[in-house]
Amino acid sequence: MSAIPANNQRALDNTVEDPASRPQLVLGNHDFASMTDVVCRVIEAPNPPKIWTTALIISSLVAVFFFSLVAYLITKGIGVWGNNNPVGWAFDITNFVFWIGIGHAGTLISAILYLLRQRWRTSINRSAEAMTIFAVVCAGLFPLIHVGRIWLVYWMFPIPNQEWVWPQFRSPLLWDVFAISTYFLVSLLFWSMGLIPDVATVRDRAKGYWQKLIYGILALGWRGSMRHWQVYEKAYLLLAAFSTPLVLSVHSVVSFDFATAQLPGWHTTIFPPYFVAGAIFGGFAMVVTLLIPARKIFGLEDIITMHHLENCAKVILATGMMVGYAYATEMFIAWYSGNLVEQFTFLNRAMGPYAWAYWIMIFCNVASPQLFWWKKFRTSIWSLMVVAIFVDIGMWFERFVIIVSSLNRDWMPSSWAPFVPTWVDLGMLFGSMGLFMTLFLLFCRFLPLIAMAEIRGVMPQAEVRH
Amino acid sequence: MATASKNPQASTAAAVPGAEPQYLGYLVEFENPTALVHAAEKVRDSGYKNWDAHCPFPVHGLDHAMGLREPILPWIVLGAGLTGLGLALLMQWWMNAYDYPLIVSGKPFWSIPANIPVMFEMTVLFSGITLFFGMLFFNRLPQYYHPVFHSERFKRATTDRFFISLLADDPKFNREKARQLAESLHGSNVEVLEG
Repeated sequence: MSAIPANNQRALDNTVEDPASRPQLVLGNHDFASMTDVVCRVIEAPNPPKIWTTALIISSLVAVFFFSLVAYLITKGIGVWGNNNPVGWAFDITNFVFWIGIGHAGTLISAILYLLRQRWRTSINRSAEAMTIFAVVCAGLFPLIHVGRIWLVYWMFPIPNQEWVWPQFRSPLLWDVFAISTYFLVSLLFWSMGLIPDVATVRDRAKGYWQKLIYGILALGWRGSMRHWQVYEKAYLLLAAFSTPLVLSVHSVVSFDFATAQLPGWHTTIFPPYFVAGAIFGGFAMVVTLLIPARKIFGLEDIITMHHLENCAKVILATGMMVGYAYATEMFIAWYSGNLVEQFTFLNRAMGPYAWAYWIMIFCNVASPQLFWWKKFRTSIWSLMVVAIFVDIGMWFERFVIIVSSLNRDWMPSSWAPFVPTWVDLGMLFGSMGLFMTLFLLFCRFLPLIAMAEIRGVMPQAEVRH
Repeated sequence: MATASKNPQASTAAAVPGAEPQYLGYLVEFENPTALVHAAEKVRDSGYKNWDAHCPFPVHGLDHAMGLREPILPWIVLGAGLTGLGLALLMQWWMNAYDYPLIVSGKPFWSIPANIPVMFEMTVLFSGITLFFGMLFFNRLPQYYHPVFHSERFKRATTDRFFISLLADDPKFNREKARQLAESLHGSNVEVLEG
């Protein structure tokens, strides 16, 4: 018997599992007004937190470095990368798949968990969606610069060009063009739509002239009308319904880029589900990596509670197990196929020149999330942060292993060649993180970080009593 | 002259002596969603057309209490999605099989399975764009002027207060009856909208 009555205990710690009642999603006895204050304070504070300013300066410098490297690459050609023959795809496509995968958790939280009526998503969906959009921006840049002659990039689109040849629609690379651009646009619309009522809140609280003007324009004259809400909710539900298969399709199409090739190590039917699970796994890790500092810096612990982080840890554990299962299946099928080249490729992954990358991947993606079987580790900030960062790293290595270890030793030993990254490769990987962080930091300070309107709907005060 | 240019609003007011602010309707405030829903049922039954409920989040069951009809937007989105689907199919057939057939590794010029990913993406793209802009269209947004924005108290409609607005341009609007209705709603505040 616990000395504290169950109700009080739950008010202090919303990670207690009690099947009799739902955990509180907002702690600290907030009402609508005080919850709104907590969220809007981030935007309204005259001076941002020092650590925010420092982080923004550093990450924007890194972003500038990234764009300088892009300019260097465009002027010199993609020979500044370590790509060679046979390793025609290396860091560029690894970074592309890594970033696009990060985005998937945002859509999972905003769309799939919405359809599944997971009310806890409301605290984290806005920032996760923002993360999606910024990750897709970073992802999209890599194939664009990888084409080499970026001034001819419009050849990928179904518009007339000077060659009088249309794009080749039987290629997964072209499907990718459609999948990624649709994903970016639909995610942007979904995010913007969610922002309208919250920007209206910021508009109505604004004191300064510029704040009133800018948020006033962005809020589109939203007046909380129930006639509007009704259409809005219907549209939001349908956008979620469309985003759900969309997000599954995007990473499936990305995986087709590999799976439809005949290269051993790529030519496997397990790729679509394996890629989608990996994307959600890596994306949730990034959500945790971003939100743990954000909730601390901006004082949002009452809203992004331990319950939310623990749920993320559970998703990381579940998807981590799926990813581990996929690694094992790949190995088994390679052996079971009886195909010598296939068998060699997989042994080469674990014992060849890139074995170190393979074992980093196994350690980060399969071993480290096992900690989350214990509640102690799911509810400790430090273990959450450490495992999440391991998973971020592990998921980058997963793509590196798939791409480089398969390409560098394919059918004919005479055409084998190792891949060594150049400083431009490393600089661009690092630089893209600067771009991502710059966009995310600006978002935190200038737009509502929490979907306030949705949070109000899940607070106990929202209940209508008859 | 100098004073007039410094304070243009004062000079306009002076130019139209005795101009009264226009009467625009009533705004009733409530402190919780339950009161709003009960009041909305009352206004719905009174037969007004141009009235609205305002809330900082979609209150459960309020659409029913207001007697709102189901939006037709989903049907338009269905049309848009099918248009995207059809266009994608037509585009792929025309470009790769008809206008400039390309021979690529012995694949057929036109085969539905290879066209499905692009057909799916374009269905979602057309539907998503229609959903967003259709939502704005049916809600007549952006709309930067509205009588309720004249009220200072209305600023809390996006934070923690609930409102019902009765607008004067309703064909059934009668100032005295509207006042009686507004006061019978048991709101925490009744305000005349003027601007």
